[in-house]
Amino acid sequence: MSETWLILGATSSMARALARALAERGDGLVLAGRDGDDLAALAADCRMRGARLAEPAAFDARRPEGFEALIARVAREAGVLNAAVFVGSMPDQAEIDADPALIDGTVIDSFSGPARVLQMLAPEIEARGAGTVVGVGSVAGDRGRLGNYVYGGAKAGFHAYLSGLRNRLTRSGGHVVTVKPGPVDTAMTWGLPSLPFMTTPETVARDILRAVARRRNVIYSAWIWWAIMLVIRLIPEPLFKKLSI
Amino acid sequence: MRWKTAEYTGWGRALRASGELARPEKRSALAALMAEAPAPAIGRRRSYGDACLNDGGRAVDMTRLDRFLGFDPETGVLEVEAGMTLGEIARILAPKGWLPAVMPGTGFATVGGAIANDVHGKNHHGAGSFAQHVASLTLITGQGPRKVKPGTKLFKATAGGLGQTGVIAAAELQLGRAKGDIVTVTERRAETLDAFLGLLDRSEATYTVGWIDATARGQSLGRGMLEEAETGAGLVPAPKPAKSVPLDAPGFVLSPPVVRAFNAGYYRRIPARGRTVVKPIGEFFFPLDRIHDWNRLYGKAGFHQFQCVVPVAEAEALREMLRRIAASRLASPLAVLKRMGPGRAGYMSFPMEGYTLAVDFPNRPGVVRLVGALEEIAAEAGGRIYLAKDSLASGDRVRAMYPEHGDWLAEVTKADPDVAMATDLVRRLGLR
Repeated sequence: MSETWLILGATSSMARALARALAERGDGLVLAGRDGDDLAALAADCRMRGARLAEPAAFDARRPEGFEALIARVAREAGVLNAAVFVGSMPDQAEIDADPALIDGTVIDSFSGPARVLQMLAPEIEARGAGTVVGVGSVAGDRGRLGNYVYGGAKAGFHAYLSGLRNRLTRSGGHVVTVKPGPVDTAMTWGLPSLPFMTTPETVARDILRAVARRRNVIYSAWIWWAIMLVIRLIPEPLFKKLSI
Repeated sequence: MRWKTAEYTGWGRALRASGELARPEKRSALAALMAEAPAPAIGRRRSYGDACLNDGGRAVDMTRLDRFLGFDPETGVLEVEAGMTLGEIARILAPKGWLPAVMPGTGFATVGGAIANDVHGKNHHGAGSFAQHVASLTLITGQGPRKVKPGTKLFKATAGGLGQTGVIAAAELQLGRAKGDIVTVTERRAETLDAFLGLLDRSEATYTVGWIDATARGQSLGRGMLEEAETGAGLVPAPKPAKSVPLDAPGFVLSPPVVRAFNAGYYRRIPARGRTVVKPIGEFFFPLDRIHDWNRLYGKAGFHQFQCVVPVAEAEALREMLRRIAASRLASPLAVLKRMGPGRAGYMSFPMEGYTLAVDFPNRPGVVRLVGALEEIAAEAGGRIYLAKDSLASGDRVRAMYPEHGDWLAEVTKADPDVAMATDLVRRLGLR
């Protein structure tokens, strides 16, 4: 059966890698984001690689008035509807300390904005009895840390939301995959002090496709981050609060 | 745009640079960066020496601007961003019956790099150089983006122009028809240099390349293998997944006895009467791409490649070069001999009608002197060396080999008056 993907935050390099892999399978792609020129280039690229459909769509996590049209666009496609969420923003913690109002934007970008879209998409998936949602969270959401706890807090909220959505959709044949990438070699991490176990957007995309095929619930990419975060989660809070990791 | 401080090298790894790199993922980010602080572009750094280095300065890594932008299946004109690799174009388009009209020896080369070095392939005698098949390109200079068409001076200064006119952001390529994604390859032994040159001269194949045993001496001097190929349709086993060289190899891996033994075995790999085999296109066009980071086989010190072209009448110069190379005991198994046609697109393009010889040398004592001697022979024969490979030449000699250097310099000075695009190669050779 033909599959169509709504990709939120499609201009990110992880989304680009996934979109390309999906295009080579011949899937349909609605590429949603803010930079229309860049989305048009990505759509052309995906069509060339074999996408049955690849078109740009306007999406801004902070402008919910556009969500309705987005859902209507993908609902027009027959077959299985899937979604993949790559949006999020990570202002420097120091900037947030100086301007706490930045918290709202971070939470909207990384959690509540995409969650609203998924909430509107859920009835479509239920009605069709199939469809997978891929939510990209972050290892930062596994435990609040000194360096980026606002971003981590937003992602933790998104993780909990995805868990609940999985609980809901599984009853009608749908599925939700939570992806927690460690540091990925993207524009977001370029030039930051060197990070351990950096992975590539292509590796994350491959891990996502495998997880979707195997109906995995929560995956880390790269897998080493599962072990690292296990250790970090196990550190007792009285000790953890004194660490800066 | 965030800048990352990095140490980086060309493919030969003998020369190094450290400086700041930006890696835009969107066209708008590239445009903003060029408006603010223009810097030369680098791609996958498959040029061997310092053409892709800007030590102490900044450079723009183009590898994330790598998308297909449009394709006309009627005319075969493909528009791509400059960071797209030629191997990726071949992978996606060969099954549809199209290939880049010119493909160099590695599929990892980017379109931007292929234009800036006006690269050639195994079909140069028939198809000419890469930039001769560029229908237009988008160039970003300090004054903003502009479309550049063939036939203009700016195009001639950009094709083979070493990135000095600005950053190539995108290009329209006229692809060539391919019958499918396999090649039929006929392999023949050539027992002597004369036999080899005779085979090259008589070849009527679309794609021709010769492997030469650069360690052979005496009677066998210049022996090698000629491969002639045509594309076709059919079914062959999928290529095996690429392997990587995980670490810098120790020196004995490419020591003289090992190389001699390897070359002798490689020469006898094909039967004396020759043979015809069928391969996936990638295996023929990009044989070494199946071993990622093969440059690490040369160890930490890296290697140099010498590539020159000499006019057809100067076969004796080739013989003298091969004598010196064999006597030096420095050659590696990677040595290539090809026939070139006259096709070239820019003032500083490498190709000229003649024979081109390329040999890799590990970066060991004696190489600088040997390569200097080879350059001198090439210069005396009226030939020239390839700047995409060079890491050792001197400026006077190179400028004498490129008679249109003055025309290039005039255009480059107009396009980049502040010399913001200069690279280590340009400074080393005093090209600007």
